This record gives sequence, structure tokens and C-alpha cells, in this order.
Amino acid sequence: MSVADRSTFKRRLDSLGVTVTEGPENECAELIDEAAGDPAVGVALDAGSLPERVETDPTTAELRAAHTGVTDAELGVAAYGSVAIEADRAGTEPVSLFVDRHVVVLREADLVPDMPDAFEWLGPKARGESADVVFATGPSATADMGGLVHGAHGPKEVHVVLLREDGADAADSEVSADE
Amino acid sequence: MSSDATKGDRIRELMATEGDAVAENTRGFNEGRIESTGRLDGYEELKADARDIKEDAIGRLPELIERVRESVEANGGTVYVADDAADANRYITELTAEECDADRLVKSKSMTSEEIEVNEALEAEGVEVVETDLGEWVLQLADEAPSHIVAPAIHKSREGISELFAERFDLDDPPETAEELTMFARERLGELVEDADVGMTGANFIAADSGTMLLVTSEGNARKSVTATDTHVAVAGVEKIVPTVEEFAPFVELIGRSGTGQDVTSYISTLTPPVDSPVPDFQADDEPLADGSGDDRDFHLVLIDNGRMAMREDEQLKETLYCIRCSACSNACGNFQSVGGHAFGGETYSGGIATGWEAGIEGLDTAAEFNDLCTGCSRCVPACPVDIDIPWINTVVRDRINRGEADPSQTDWMFEELVPDEEPAGLDLSTRIVGNYETLAKLGSLTAPVANRLTDAGPVRAIVERVAGIDRRRDLPEFASEPLVDWFEARGGAAVPRDEAAREAVLYPDTATNYVDVDRGKAAVRALEALDVHVRVPDLPGSGRPPLSQGMIATAESAAEDVYAGLAAHVDADRDVVVIEPSDLAMFRSEYEKFLPEASHERLAEASYDVMEYVFGLLENGGDPAALRAPAEGTGPVAAGKRVAYHPHCQGRTIGVSEHATAVMEALGYDVRVSDTECCGMAGSFGYKEDYYELSMDVGEPIREQFGDTDRTVVAAGTSCTEQIDALLGDAPMHPVELVAPRE
Repeated sequence: MSVADRSTFKRRLDSLGVTVTEGPENECAELIDEAAGDPAVGVALDAGSLPERVETDPTTAELRAAHTGVTDAELGVAAYGSVAIEADRAGTEPVSLFVDRHVVVLREADLVPDMPDAFEWLGPKARGESADVVFATGPSATADMGGLVHGAHGPKEVHVVLLREDGADAADSEVSADE
Repeated sequence: MSSDATKGDRIRELMATEGDAVAENTRGFNEGRIESTGRLDGYEELKADARDIKEDAIGRLPELIERVRESVEANGGTVYVADDAADANRYITELTAEECDADRLVKSKSMTSEEIEVNEALEAEGVEVVETDLGEWVLQLADEAPSHIVAPAIHKSREGISELFAERFDLDDPPETAEELTMFARERLGELVEDADVGMTGANFIAADSGTMLLVTSEGNARKSVTATDTHVAVAGVEKIVPTVEEFAPFVELIGRSGTGQDVTSYISTLTPPVDSPVPDFQADDEPLADGSGDDRDFHLVLIDNGRMAMREDEQLKETLYCIRCSACSNACGNFQSVGGHAFGGETYSGGIATGWEAGIEGLDTAAEFNDLCTGCSRCVPACPVDIDIPWINTVVRDRINRGEADPSQTDWMFEELVPDEEPAGLDLSTRIVGNYETLAKLGSLTAPVANRLTDAGPVRAIVERVAGIDRRRDLPEFASEPLVDWFEARGGAAVPRDEAAREAVLYPDTATNYVDVDRGKAAVRALEALDVHVRVPDLPGSGRPPLSQGMIATAESAAEDVYAGLAAHVDADRDVVVIEPSDLAMFRSEYEKFLPEASHERLAEASYDVMEYVFGLLENGGDPAALRAPAEGTGPVAAGKRVAYHPHCQGRTIGVSEHATAVMEALGYDVRVSDTECCGMAGSFGYKEDYYELSMDVGEPIREQFGDTDRTVVAAGTSCTEQIDALLGDAPMHPVELVAPRE
């Protein structure tokens, strides 16, 4: 990850109407708490922790009732503002999908510059274990009803929590998309 | 003859009912493509990569199909290779209706599933099929067919969808805004997805190395259809296979940009099924979501042949298999923008490449229904992300249709003199008349002005319309009594002696310039001589463009050989070949590659120039611009002054010679505004045909909107453009060379 990638990534997300907040790993729960609506469901994160109020072992009924779903992203693609969401037994795919708002947590270290890098990452993974990954870029969208609308089937809003690497600059922690 | 009343009527009806919605959407997509690909670094390299991957994959398809089978089976899935639609449907219905005992199957958008008509097959076995893509759902409710391969309901207006919902769901207060309509659909479809039994998707690409399939979507319905059901059936043509996962990358970067102008769509799903996600049980919803139910998932990949392996063996249709169904060729096409896929399409596919798909899958008869709508303007060629020569596929299919439909018993001996082509007897008369335009022009010139007076006479036009399908609202070309070649000889040949010349050039006397628009030929001679070029205007045969446009490939090929024979000695003597008519230059540079030995084609292509490109080059190399005509000398109406409106030729744009005219005019001090319309809609003979007159005028309409009340001097390079703009604006434009050439 380079500084240029981070700024490209944020610029792309901004143009997609995706809000980004940044902070160190130990502020992760706080950043999620600010970004998540209520009720919220989630899947345990690889890095950082979830706030108490996020239900991490939801029933299907709780998933259906949830406003927000919180999951990890395995990778970010700077040039496109995409995040790679990997399906797993814990339910990352449904939690990121059957909700109105998806709060996705990405470590800056997992940011790659461009699409070919993402598929270089995916290839060995797909050939080895079974990899089911969706590269999500902005919210669900359709133009089939006579105009662009977000939230056709999937989330209407996406919020990215970007976890800084240790020692990274702590300033500039809030970036909001123009609504 | 060609005037099949139902065809013309159908086109006129669709233009009236769906044309506006289709035009707005497709033009928006096309502009989006130009912007989005313009922002992409290395666009041309990515296209070349994508093309290489497809060539490689189709080249070793049988091997890759076996690799996919091994990979998917190793992952725990099943692969079934279906010979045809019936075979695929039998497998899918047995699986769904019998093994799964499914009540409902939810589907994401898949053109291949439409090709095999799997919905009908499933419903016949009592399985409810729900299209979950919003556009497809609207069409399912309306019982209509897609009008576009990517955005299937673009022919429907927002108001129309609101009325449809009100009627189907008996609503007193139906949703009206795009937001309300979308949320209504989200809710209804969400419920239907929750208790579905089987999920069906297509696949945009499949990697043989891992069995990973890639889906390009935006709404999230494919993700939901897969996640919410424990049985996933993916239906894909065998041509979707690429060797490795890494080779997905260029397609991911190109497909959205090429189609709707999105850099990337919201969701690129890369699935190596069966997926690990738990299956949410919306019935017993008090149970934890993560209950290990992902272990029971079942996956079936149904690969469809349905004519594709035979297309692979067909040297001409094979290129169709490289198509990634992005819709760029639909959106870039003037005719498609006016009529949409309900006219410009076959059983399943629509747009320029549909001719290849429908000919290969359904047969020539289906392709014949809409193949005429490709005019060969070539604007789809630079838009195609895998560089398919789409006009050529249309030409090949047209040639096969010509030959297939020809009835050898028909006695058309009386036309044999008039139409000395290489085509089979019995070929449609309208096709042959246009295809033999050169012979007609020669004859018309010999007999002018009698021919001109005759062709304008009312009763004669009525006969021409009835017999040859030429619309009587069109002005027919007026033949000059002294062809350019004769004029040049009569004036004593070159005015600039060889030993004083900066360069030597052969001005190619294309059929239109030689027999009809001789003035632009004379202007070209003056412009070149003013820049110290020793000019020759030898008698040379036509380029073969008119017969090629009618699918008369053998005739066009023979013309190419004759032209090369006539030009070879000049090229050998290092003379430049200067061409006025862009459609003829496009033949030399592009299509002749198919007709001439490689070295011959290369020599001719390299020696040939568009006349304005050549003038540009002469000025760049020290030619004196003062020798040409600057605006101060007064051009056109006095008010126009130095202001010019320029409509470049479609094929000239494709081969990259349209901008030289702008550069030359600007260098001389003209203020040039360039037409935004990529093709005028006339396209040689197309706009003359009775069935297509209104369509042709509609395609040209944006030119009228842009230049209709301009006080600028209008210039255009193509003969067809000249006639079309005359019809649209009420005044014939001149060729740019006529603007800049010194006066006589």
C-alpha cells in the first residue's frame, strides 16, 4: 500500500457516494459504532473488534431485521474503490448483502493498486482452497426503473472503515462523501 | 422485391413506440463508454490482451472444457455439457422439478438462459420461475422480450412500468418515481427470493484452472439468488471459458466501461461453487444463520454448445465466440439507437454482433430478418473490447443469405448486362442494382442528361420503387456528362510537371467522384497542384464498396484485384494514392486485407491517403498554406464567413482520417464545429431503400438538431453524407477539399 493508493482509493469511494472513516486498529469498535445503524449484525473481524451492540451470531430473523451488517474485506482495489468480500461459513456474504447499510472494515495493508493485482491475489487462492469473493464497488444499484437508484437488492449504503497501519499519520481521520 | 411491407412497417412502428426511450438510453451508454474508456490508462493494450485471451481460449476450447469439468468436480460440483437447448432444458428440469422437487426457481439475468428458453421448459414442469433482475422482472410481468442484451427493458418508460405494476398488482396508488418503483420491486422480489428452492445464474467468464465463475452485476440479485438457495444452477455458453483466474482481469476492466460506461459494475462475483455461505432459512428463522448449512450446497454448471462448436470450425463466424456481450456494438450503432433490439435483433441476441450469434445458433433465416440493419458504418469496430470485425461478420452472413436464398431457376438474363457481377443468378434485384452501382453510373454518365431527366420523372420513380425498392422521396444521383477522368485528360493532364513536383500522386477516381460529384475531384486536383504535386487521374475500376455493402463478396473481391492491378505500377513507382471518398479508402486500408495477398494489401494501404490527410501531410512538410483558400476570400453565404460545420464520415472516423480535415481547415483560419453524430444514417444505399427511408432519416436527425439552423458553411467528406445532409438541411454540403482548394 502506498500513500498514493490510499488517496486514490478514498477519492474513488467518495465519487461512489461511499463514506470512509479512518483510524488505528484499537479505535475500530468506535469507528464501527459511529458508522453502524441499529439494529446491527456482524461477523467477527480478523483485525480490530466490534462494538458490543453488533450481534455476531445472528439468527436469520435478526439478519432480516438488521439495518446494518458489519464484515471484513479481504482486499481493497485502489483504482476502482472496490472491496473484496469473501463468503465464509460465518455468513459474511448474507450479512453484507441482506441489509440496508454495509459497514466494511479494511486494513490499509490490504489495499492493492489495481485490478490485475486483485486477480493475482485471487488466482492462487481459487486454485487452492475454494474462494468465493465479490468485488463490491459502491452500493447496489439499478437504472432499470427509469433513473439511477441505490439499493436494488443489496445494500443502499456502504461505509468503509479503513484501519491504519501502526505508526501511520493520525491526522485527517474523517472523510465524508458529499451527499 | 426487397420491399417487404411488414419489415418497413414494423420498423416504423417500433421507431414510434420505443425509439425515443431506446435512443436516450443507448446514446447515454455510448457517451459513457467514450468517457470511461477515455479515462482508462492502457485501454488499447487491455483490448489487445482481452483479444489474445479469447483467441487462445477458443483455439483450445475442447481441452479447456475438460479442465473446467475436472476443476468443478474437484470442488464438489457437477458439469453437464449440453448439445443443444433441448438437452440443456431436459437436464435442468429433471434436476429442478424431480431431484430437488422445487416449487420456485429464482434467476439472475442470463442471455444464454433466454437463448435456450429454460423458463418455458421449467414452467411446463410446474416450477415457478422468477426473474430477479429488475429489468427482466418488468419484462416477465409484461410478457415482452429484451430490447437490449445488457439493459433489457430500456424500451420501457418509467410511466409504462408504473402502469404495468398498477395493472399486475391491482394497485390504486402505484409507485411512480424511479426510487418508489425500485423499492416496490425490491420488496416483492425479496419475498420471492426468501423461499425459493433453486437459484439460477449465467456466467460471464469461467476459469478452467479453478472452476471459478465470474458474474458481472449491479443489483445484488445474483448474489441473493445464489446465497438464499441451496442449489445453484449456472448456465453458460462454452465460449465463456478462459484458461486462468488471472485472465479475468482485463475483462473486468473492460466490460462495464464498454457497455454502459461504468468503470466497473457494483458487484463482480467470483464464485468457486459450491460456496461456503450458510443458507439462510427464512422459514425457521429463529435458528442461528451460521449453522453449517453451507455444507449441503449443490452446484451444477450447464455448459451450452447449441451451435458454438460448429461456429468454432467456421473461419468467418468463429470471431463471434470472442464476444463478451458487453453491448458496445448496440450502443454505438446509429440504427440500433433508433429502433432497439426488437427490430435489430433475432431470437435472443441484438445489435451488430447478433448477426453472428443468430446465424450460428438459430440459422441464416433468423439472421436474415435483421442483418440489413448493419450498414457497415463501422462505428462499432473501435468500440468492441475484443476487436471483432462486426461489419465483416454481417457482410459474410449477408453473402450467405444472398446465396442461400437465390433461386437458380429465376431467369434474370435480361439484367446480366446491367449487373455484371460474380454473384449467383436469382439474387434480389435491389441488392444487385446497388451492388453494381459502378456500371449504372457509367451508363448514366454516358446517357446524361437523358438519364437524369428520366430518373426524376414521377412514373419512372414509382416503377423504381416497386421493382427495386428505392424510395421515391430520395433524390437519385445526377450523373455528370463528363467524368473526372475525361476532364483531366481533356485539360492536358498534370499542370505541375514531374521534374518540378514536390511529390507524385494518383488521384483515385472513385465512382461517385468520377461520374456524379466531379467538382470535388476537380477541387482535389487544384488543391494538390497548388501544393506542387504532380497529379495523375488514371481510369481505374470501382473499389468494390457498393457490392460489398450488399454482401456480394466475390464481386468485391474481384474489384479489389482489379484496383490493385491498376494501382500496383503506380505504387511501385512510389506514387501516393490519394482518395476522396472515405468509404473507398476504408476498403483499401481495411477490407482489402481479406481480398489481397498480405504484401499487396500492406503496400496499397501504406501508399493510400485521404485527400485531406494528404493535404495535411503536405502542409506539415513545408507546403505553403497561402496556396490554398483561406476564409478571407469569402466562402458560401457572405454571413458564413470563416465559420464551418463539418460532418466527418463514419468509416473515415474508424480508420482515423477524419481529424485531418479539421486540422487543415483550422490551420487556414476557419472556425470549425464538428458534428457529434457518428454516422449520418445514409450508409451508401441503405437510406435509399423504401423500408429504411424513415429510419435512415431518424439516424441523421441529430445532425439536423445540431446544424439545422446554422449559418455555418456545411462540409462533409462522404458522398452518402452529402446526399443525406442535403435531405436533412435542404442544402448539399461540399467536400472539405472544395472549401480549401483555390478557385478555378
